[in-house]
Amino acid sequence: MHRTKVNVATDVLDANETIARANREDFDRAGVRVVNLMGAPGAGKTALLERVLMEGLREFRAGVLEGDIAGSLDADRLSALHVPVTQLNTSPGFGGECHLDANMVRSALGAMDLQAIDLLVIENVGNLVCPAEFRVGEDARAMVSSVTEGEDKPLKYPLMFRACELVVLNKIDLLPHLDFSVDRFLENLEQVNPGVKHMQVSARTGEGVGYLKGWLEGLAGHRPEAG
Amino acid sequence: MRAGAPGGELMHELAISRAILDAALASAGGRPVTRVSVSVGALRQVVPDSLAFNFRVISRGTLCEDAELAIKPVPARMSCPCGESWTLDEPAFRCPRCNGVDGRVVDGEQLSVDYIEVEEEPCIEPR
Repeated sequence: MHRTKVNVATDVLDANETIARANREDFDRAGVRVVNLMGAPGAGKTALLERVLMEGLREFRAGVLEGDIAGSLDADRLSALHVPVTQLNTSPGFGGECHLDANMVRSALGAMDLQAIDLLVIENVGNLVCPAEFRVGEDARAMVSSVTEGEDKPLKYPLMFRACELVVLNKIDLLPHLDFSVDRFLENLEQVNPGVKHMQVSARTGEGVGYLKGWLEGLAGHRPEAG
Repeated sequence: MRAGAPGGELMHELAISRAILDAALASAGGRPVTRVSVSVGALRQVVPDSLAFNFRVISRGTLCEDAELAIKPVPARMSCPCGESWTLDEPAFRCPRCNGVDGRVVDGEQLSVDYIEVEEEPCIEPR
């Protein structure tokens, strides 16, 4: 027996990237813009979506792909709002439980009517690390962080806070009851992802949700150059 | 399982170790693997011990079950249009010289399998 060195030189995430590109092509072909919504468990991703969908998006039809480890509680909440919701549970795949990857989203494509929507919001599994690693074919990534999580989170999870084009700071209605400093949070965010777009909202009171709707409408209305 | 915990660090390494295993097995050509060498950039937030542990668990019963996972950590480096370049010891992505925000990450984002070592039967009768 002797040992032989075999060059591999493979990006570990290449396989996922390839499938993500295929997803993106399918979304593009159907004229659907896609946002990957990420954030910690309890940050308020579903509540924000509920609020946005309840108020409605100007002239755009939205759909939701709901990623959860198990169950359909979030999907049930959202379907009450009469938007097409597809549930995707990650529990069958060992090792894939904590995030959506491109292949999981691909497996759900058949269950969605892409012709019936202009904007697909993929609500990722609540987690501040793994979803940042796995693109799923989205046009943009947004993350929800809430004031109850603490202002240090950008510094603790830079991978996630750098992997998004928009940071939504939620639950600002709770600010009077907390020691949370918005300025310090934004300083920390600036340090980790300088210049990233951010907004402050409350899914509960609706404050600031108009900004998020505006951002989503901007994304939905964006048509990439042909070819 | 800590899958629902904020961060979920353990799961992160598990998913990555699966991808590493897949890449290694794809290059093994049916031969037993003795070493899998990976480069892990500091910005990937991977905990090396956790990665090694997860790799050990998921490689059981595969050609990689006796393989050593050699992890090469790569520091994060930034470069600014003003000419400054620096190593990130903490998540400070603004240029320390001009305070600009246009710095690029030039190193430390990789997550790659560089090479593997396999055991080979000696070739007795070369053709």
